[in-house]
Amino acid sequence: MSATDIEDPNRRDFLYIATGMAGVVGAGAVAWPFIDQMRPDASTLALSTVEVDVSSLTPGMSLTAKWRGKPVFIRNRTPEEIEAAKAVKLDELKDPLARNANLASDAPANDLDRTAGEGKENWLVMVGVCTHLGCIPLGQQGDFGGWFCPCHGSHYDTAGRVRKGPAPENMAVPVFEFISDTKVRIG
Amino acid sequence: MSEGHSTYSPKTGLGRWFDARLPLPRLVYDSFIAYPVPRNLNYAWTFGGILSIMLVAQILTGIVLAMHYAADTHLAFGSVEKIMRDVNSGWLLRYLHSNGASFFFIAVYVHIFRGLYYGSYKAPRELLWILGCIIYLLMMATGFMGYVLPWGQMSFWGATVITGFFTAIPLVGTWIQELLLGGFAVDNPTLNRFFALHYLLPFMIAGVVVLHVWALHVTGQNNPTGIEVKSKTDTVAFTPYATIKDALGMIVFLLVFAYFVFYMPNYLGHPDNYTVANPLKTPAHIVPEWYFLPFYAILRAITFNIGPINSKLGGVLAMFGAIAVLFVVPWLDTSKVRSAVYRPWYKLFFWIFAANAIFLGWLGSRPAEGSYVVMAQIATLYYFAFFLVIMPLLGLIETPRRLPNSITEAVLEKNKGAGSGHPAGATASPETRG
Repeated sequence: MSATDIEDPNRRDFLYIATGMAGVVGAGAVAWPFIDQMRPDASTLALSTVEVDVSSLTPGMSLTAKWRGKPVFIRNRTPEEIEAAKAVKLDELKDPLARNANLASDAPANDLDRTAGEGKENWLVMVGVCTHLGCIPLGQQGDFGGWFCPCHGSHYDTAGRVRKGPAPENMAVPVFEFISDTKVRIG
Repeated sequence: MSEGHSTYSPKTGLGRWFDARLPLPRLVYDSFIAYPVPRNLNYAWTFGGILSIMLVAQILTGIVLAMHYAADTHLAFGSVEKIMRDVNSGWLLRYLHSNGASFFFIAVYVHIFRGLYYGSYKAPRELLWILGCIIYLLMMATGFMGYVLPWGQMSFWGATVITGFFTAIPLVGTWIQELLLGGFAVDNPTLNRFFALHYLLPFMIAGVVVLHVWALHVTGQNNPTGIEVKSKTDTVAFTPYATIKDALGMIVFLLVFAYFVFYMPNYLGHPDNYTVANPLKTPAHIVPEWYFLPFYAILRAITFNIGPINSKLGGVLAMFGAIAVLFVVPWLDTSKVRSAVYRPWYKLFFWIFAANAIFLGWLGSRPAEGSYVVMAQIATLYYFAFFLVIMPLLGLIETPRRLPNSITEAVLEKNKGAGSGHPAGATASPETRG
C-alpha cells in the first residue's frame, strides 16, 4: 500500500480530485431541478395574454381585467384627470420614470408616456398592484384623485404615478396594444 | 454542570441488559431526573418546558388536521369549513391548532424576554441563545405559512405582502419572488408549497430544539442571580424539584389556553379570514397575526429614502434587521454582570424596551397614517437604540449592585429578609439530594 503511494502519488491525487469534482458538480446538477421546479410552470406562463373589450367604458369609467393572476386597471380618463396629470412637473415626482413596458426603460414619467399614446391619451392601462408590497389600490381616492393603497398608505395620481407614501415606483404599465378601437390585448 | 459522571445504576436485569446496548434510559435519567438545576429558578424558567409541550401539541393537532385539509385554491377554504362543521371534533382540533400557534408565540416571547432580563445569552451560553433565535425564525416562517392555508382574505393578502418583501432586493428580487410563489401572484402553486413546508418546518424546529436542549445541558441553566453554580448546595435535582414546578407552570398555562380555545377562539384571529381569498380585492387594512405586529410596525415606519436605499428596501431591511440584531446580542452587551437584578440602569431600559415592544405591536395594528407613523418611527428608533447603543454603553458606564458570592448566599439572604416569623428550615436547608 505505502509502496504504491511513494511510487505513484499522482494516481491517488487524481482519484481524490476527480471524486471531489464529480461530487461538487453532481451536487449542483441535482440541486438545480429542486430549485427550478419552484419557478412558474408552463400552465402559469400560458396565461400570459388576454384580450379585453373596452367598448362600454365612457370617460370616467374603469374596469379591472385579470392578467397573470393580477388585476389590470383599464381607465377611460376624464379631461379633468388628464389636465391634472399633465400639470404635474417631472421634478415633483417621486419616481421620474414612466415604467411603461411599451417604451424604453428610461422614458420619463410625463402623462403621455404613461398612457396608450398620442390620440389615445385618455386610456390608462396599468397593473393594479401597488409597487410597495403588492396590495391593490382603490380607485379615485387619495390625496391626488388617482389611487390610494389602503395597506401602507401610498397615494397615486390620475396617471398612476406614486406621489406620496412608501411605494417606490409608479404603477407598472404592461405590454399592451389596441388591436381595434374597442379591444385591448394585454401581454 | 453536566461534566459530573453519570449516577444512573439500573436496578433490574433488563435495565442492565438495555444499558449495555443502548443507554437511552441513562440519558433520560441524567438529563431529566438527576440533572442538577439552580435552586433559585423562578416561574419564568418554566416556559422552556411549556414551549416543548406546545410544539408537540401543534404537531399532533396539525397532523390530524392535514388528514382533512385540501391544499388547492378551489377546495382549501371549503375544506377548513368542513373541518369546522362536519369532521367529528374538527372544530376543537382546529381551534386548538390556531390558538396553539398564538400561545406558542406568547410562551416564546416570555422565554426571550426572560433571557434578555437575566442575561441568559452571555458567555458561555451564546450558542444556546443563537439556536433559540433560529428556532424563533423557523417558528415565524411556520406561523406565516400556516396562516395562508385557510385561504381567507388575510391569508391571501398577508402572503402577497410578505412575499412582496423580496421584490425590494435589487436586481434579483422579482426573480426570487416568482420562485417563492411559483407564479406572478399568490396562487395554487403557492398554496401547495406552503402546505408542504408548513408540514416540514415543525420537524426542523424539533431538530433545533434538540440542539438547544443539548447546549443547555452542557452549560447548565442560568438563574435569577446570573451567578454560575459553584457548589452542590447551589443546585437541586431536576426531579422532583424542576419537574413539579414545570408541571404546575404548564397546567396554569394550559388553563389559560383552554379558556381561549373554548370561550374566545377567534379573539386572536381576524374576521376577514372568514371571507374566501379574492385576488382582485384588498381588505381595507391588512394586518398580520398579532405576533408579527411589532415587526410590521417597524416595516411601515421607514417611509423615507436613506441615501441609495429607497423606503421600501429600507423598511424590509429594518424589519429583518430587528430580528437579525437578536443574533448578536451576546456581543452587544458589554456588562460583566448577567442579571438585571444587579443592574439598576439596565433594568430600567429593559422595562422601557418591553413596553416599547408592546407599543410597537399596537402601532402595527393601526393604519399607517398620520401620527401613528411618527410614533412608529420613534418606537423603532428606541428598539434599535436599545440593542446598538444602550447595551454596549451601559456595560461600560453602569455601576452594578454588589453581587452575592453564590446562589446559596443569595437565597439565604433573601429568606432572612422575607420575615423572621417564617420557619427557615424548610426553604433554607441546602438540598443535597441527587
